[in-house]
Amino acid sequence: MALQSLDITRRSATTTRPPSQRRTPEVAKLIDVSKCIGCKACQVACMEWNDTRDAVGTNQGVLDNPPDLTENSWTVMRYAEVETGRGLEWLIRKDGCMHCTDPGCLKACPAPGAIVQYSNGIVDFQEEHCIGCGYCITGCPFNIPRLSKKDSKVYKCTLCSDRVAAGLEPACVKTCPTGAIVFGTKEDMKHHAAGRIADLRERGFAGAGLYDPPGVDGTHVMYVLHHADRPELYNGLRKDPSIGAMVGLWKGAAKPLASLALALAAVGAFFHYVIKGPNEVPKEIEKEFEDEKRS
Amino acid sequence: MKNDPDRLPRYTASERANHWLVALTFFLAALSGLAFFHPVFYPLGQLFGGGVWARILHPFFGVAILFFFSSMYLRFRKLCVMTPADWDWLRHVREMIRGDDRDMPESGKLNGGQKLLFWLLAACMALLVLSGIVIWRAYFSPLFPEGLIRFAAIVHAAAGVFMVGLIFGHIYIAIWTRESIDAMIYGKVRRAWAKQHHPAWFREMTGENK
Repeated sequence: MALQSLDITRRSATTTRPPSQRRTPEVAKLIDVSKCIGCKACQVACMEWNDTRDAVGTNQGVLDNPPDLTENSWTVMRYAEVETGRGLEWLIRKDGCMHCTDPGCLKACPAPGAIVQYSNGIVDFQEEHCIGCGYCITGCPFNIPRLSKKDSKVYKCTLCSDRVAAGLEPACVKTCPTGAIVFGTKEDMKHHAAGRIADLRERGFAGAGLYDPPGVDGTHVMYVLHHADRPELYNGLRKDPSIGAMVGLWKGAAKPLASLALALAAVGAFFHYVIKGPNEVPKEIEKEFEDEKRS
Repeated sequence: MKNDPDRLPRYTASERANHWLVALTFFLAALSGLAFFHPVFYPLGQLFGGGVWARILHPFFGVAILFFFSSMYLRFRKLCVMTPADWDWLRHVREMIRGDDRDMPESGKLNGGQKLLFWLLAACMALLVLSGIVIWRAYFSPLFPEGLIRFAAIVHAAAGVFMVGLIFGHIYIAIWTRESIDAMIYGKVRRAWAKQHHPAWFREMTGENK
């Protein structure tokens, strides 16, 4: 176990209960988009703490840099210029793993223990167990995991599970110069968000609200959005994400039932043989040919 | 056995070789694929050197079976055209399973069940290949939208397990029907066997009317 001090509530491709002696409080990172100035200090802090170094890319003509999440860039700032009733608005969203309570990646993963969810809510990839199939990418409702070309393992934000296990806040939180990112128990973060939302509403952002989507039973990275009624304005943040009926069908009851059906077919065939006996050429026909031979 | 006059030639050497190449690649693909089907089968990945190797190899086993199955498809597709007599045979299949084959309609070189198996396997193969390309993450998945990949993952799992079930049945019936494996191993079957199990084919081969 990578982090002995963090208990596990879910473990990928595991049908028995994972180690879960203790119960830690649920944590959450709250990203207040209205306070973000897009300085990318969080991107830098993430790379420093996790010791990842992305390749130098090319300028895409916009501030987004790198233009997308990669196996080395676990968080990126996404900049959107949108026209709202208030005129031109510059909406900057720090994108990265949302640490869903109902994680699609973990449910889709076929490798035992390659993805775990700690009891504090953090969803963590254990790359040494990863087989590189990419099913987590298929299962994720937020398009977050990235498959490395170098080692064929999948990487994403760990919510600094190593820091959190030692009682520290994630690196991005520690570095954020405007206090746009805060970290604590999920309950405290909701409380903090409520204050921010009331403040924003007072300032005329009637649609201000918390992004903690119920379709995935809530997340452990939440946003305060000035336009929570239109999350898609923030570079396509999904309005009502869920891991989807198709993933449910793929990874739900159908597979155990199909496995059982195969087992029953094998047992049934064996008993058919034992009860009915083999399908042999009957004596009359054998005799016919024997007689023919003799004559 | 080769020149035994009591035996009728049923499958040529190249047909037999083709069949067993399909069987071999099927086992490789099925065992490595089941590893990802459900955690209970995950240890099967060890047969291939662990989960990572199973993940790497499985799609290539798929390419190999596609190659061999296509060849088999071209060989047997004409032979497997369903006739009204074959459908009639299938309607009586319950009696056959109960062990009472007296009223079974006469079958030709292949019976209705064998032909139906052929077409079902071909359908499974087509679905597995198409969906397999979409979920082959290392090379092709980035070309497809997420919704299609999810759909393909379901199609692949469903078609795969259905095909495993079909092959279970195929293997059992080959064991249950004594001497039928001779046809696929030696290429020849006893005349009595042919008359019992494939009477129309027997007459065609011997010109006999009994």
